[in-house]
Amino acid sequence: MELIELNNIHKTYQMGEISVPVLKGVSLTVARGELVALMGASGSGKSTLMHLLGCLDRPTSGEYWLEGDEVSRLSADDRALVRNRKIGFVFQSFNLLPRTSALDNAAMPLSYTADHLSERESRRRAAEMLERVGLKDRQDHEPSQLSGGEQQRVAIARALINRPPLLFADEPTGNLDSRTSVEVLRMFQELNEDDGITIILVTHDANVSRHAKRIIHIHDGLIVDGAFSSREEPDQPQAISTPPAAKAGGVK
Amino acid sequence: MKLYRTLRTAMRALRRNPMRAMLTTLGIVIGVGSVIAMMEIGTGSSSAIKEAISSMGANVLIIVPGTAASGGISFGAGSVTTLTPEDCEAIRRECPAIRDAAPLVRARTQIVYGNRNWVPTQLDGTTAAYLGIRDLTVAEGRTFTDRDVLNTNKVCLLGGTIVRELFQGESAVGKKIRVNNVSFRVVGVLGAKGANMMGMDQDDILLAPWTSIKYRVTGSTLASANQSASSGSGTSVNTLSNLYPGGTSLYPVQSATQAADNPMAVRFANVDRIMAAARSSKEIPAAIRQIADLLRERHHIRSGKPDDFNIRNMTEMTKALTSTTTLMTNLLLCVAMISLVVGGVGIMNIMLVSVTERTREIGLRMAVGARSRDILRQFLVEAIVLSLVGGALGILLGHGGSLLVRMLLRWPVATSPAAIAAAVLVAAGVGIVFGFYPAWRASKLDPIDALRYE
Repeated sequence: MELIELNNIHKTYQMGEISVPVLKGVSLTVARGELVALMGASGSGKSTLMHLLGCLDRPTSGEYWLEGDEVSRLSADDRALVRNRKIGFVFQSFNLLPRTSALDNAAMPLSYTADHLSERESRRRAAEMLERVGLKDRQDHEPSQLSGGEQQRVAIARALINRPPLLFADEPTGNLDSRTSVEVLRMFQELNEDDGITIILVTHDANVSRHAKRIIHIHDGLIVDGAFSSREEPDQPQAISTPPAAKAGGVK
Repeated sequence: MKLYRTLRTAMRALRRNPMRAMLTTLGIVIGVGSVIAMMEIGTGSSSAIKEAISSMGANVLIIVPGTAASGGISFGAGSVTTLTPEDCEAIRRECPAIRDAAPLVRARTQIVYGNRNWVPTQLDGTTAAYLGIRDLTVAEGRTFTDRDVLNTNKVCLLGGTIVRELFQGESAVGKKIRVNNVSFRVVGVLGAKGANMMGMDQDDILLAPWTSIKYRVTGSTLASANQSASSGSGTSVNTLSNLYPGGTSLYPVQSATQAADNPMAVRFANVDRIMAAARSSKEIPAAIRQIADLLRERHHIRSGKPDDFNIRNMTEMTKALTSTTTLMTNLLLCVAMISLVVGGVGIMNIMLVSVTERTREIGLRMAVGARSRDILRQFLVEAIVLSLVGGALGILLGHGGSLLVRMLLRWPVATSPAAIAAAVLVAAGVGIVFGFYPAWRASKLDPIDALRYE
């Protein structure tokens, strides 16, 4: 069973009278334990696809199977539950709570569904996660006292606190210098290899996508290539005939 | 558990901007503070008024004779003399709701000591029970007794004002004063009571046995006591006879035939009024009923005929005076409530700013699994915490303020737990009402838009 399976997903935005199709029939699969990069230029539908995959939004039509459940028709509250249990998010701009310690930042998602965890247990788990991302001695620091790379690692700890099987990273290195970028990307690779977490890196940067095992290219609302896991690469014809190499190279 | 966690989250969020949180709560602090202060000062003054009224005699009922009318012409209240000391005794014995009763005979005349003289506003003949009814105390000397009343003894009690006016610092006890040329011995001095609600000096009082006042001072004899029969009697023209009541008459004694020709109502002396004290303020209506029944029976009034007496009580006055203060207190409360509402608007304003400012945080929280009701609850709890903290500070401020008023202005204040409870409820209510809109706005944000918000 695939972790993610998208079947002919369409997403159309309604701008007053005009309907703007952004995704025009996307199908893809991601297997458990993969490290996938989702690449595309801005305006290619990359962000929209990520929002759909991250259960932040609903497709206009099509099916989305996440861990064997159809999630495309869930209500907002149910999607919130799915996000809490199954998905971790890492953002370009870290999105840490200001004037709040790294520990509290990392423990934040627990306050929504983890009723069964005691306060001490939550803190212990947050501390464990911070240790996992190498910030053991920075637990009490506030975001303003941390470097960009450290902040992003706090964000990763926060994303992993609920032990989700799936982690989305939306331009995770966009605000970092090249050296820290490499560190953060290494961390993603480690998490993927050691803990078996499925990671989807959303980026337009070829240097970032190099760290992925598979690259899905999206262009103009359609998957250009890399839509299916390599082990079961189907021989279904792809809708777009543009050579993927040219596309990938053209993106900067 | 969940609430505790939400509370912690709210506290953390508020701690991130302590200055702003404090300024936001200031409106509520002032609002609740003024409500509490108003309530405490208001309750204090109305209880002070109640006290002042009860200083005139708690639960006092005044029974006055009724109205005489002849040929459709009314002579006004008290124009018939229907009340007797026996009525008073009967009330005292037979009305269970009555604690005590005393007859009252009023006079207004000159009193003289040495070369000084004075006219007391109250020159009352009564029994010793009167002191208990009016909450009077004897500061010096003793009170007169029932035996003094029986024997028409010329003894009296003086209020502080008269002592000051006549004796000028000397001790009055044991001295003799002349009341309308009749010599009275001062046996005691009453404790000070001060002015009553109407500004009447309650210490300007002379109390004596009612028999002495009636027969020796006001000059009414058994014969003249009944107005309808007094015309023929000339005893009152000679003031000397006042000194020796029941002495040799200046006129020949009426023969049996003459007495039969001019029948005199067989009636004992009448009194001007009867003062009675109910056992408690709750029993006043019962006491009024009992007295009315008793007096109607004693006066042989048929059912359907009007009473020949009136019963007055102080509750009306108490009500009138307390309602005035209650009105003032309520008025000020309204003003205080307005400031609470203004405080609530302040909270709403800041919460709206806060929601806008924390849009990305809201988006993030939604992304990691917060449902819209979680967001709603978080912001609502923040607003409630703000207003409750404000309420708590306001209670302290208001209570402190009223204490200060008591210390500096010597105003009476009374702590009112009801006001404190109400203030807490109102503060929480303000938090909910004014916090709801911002919280609702926050909860309706779209996570994608919220995350993108710059």
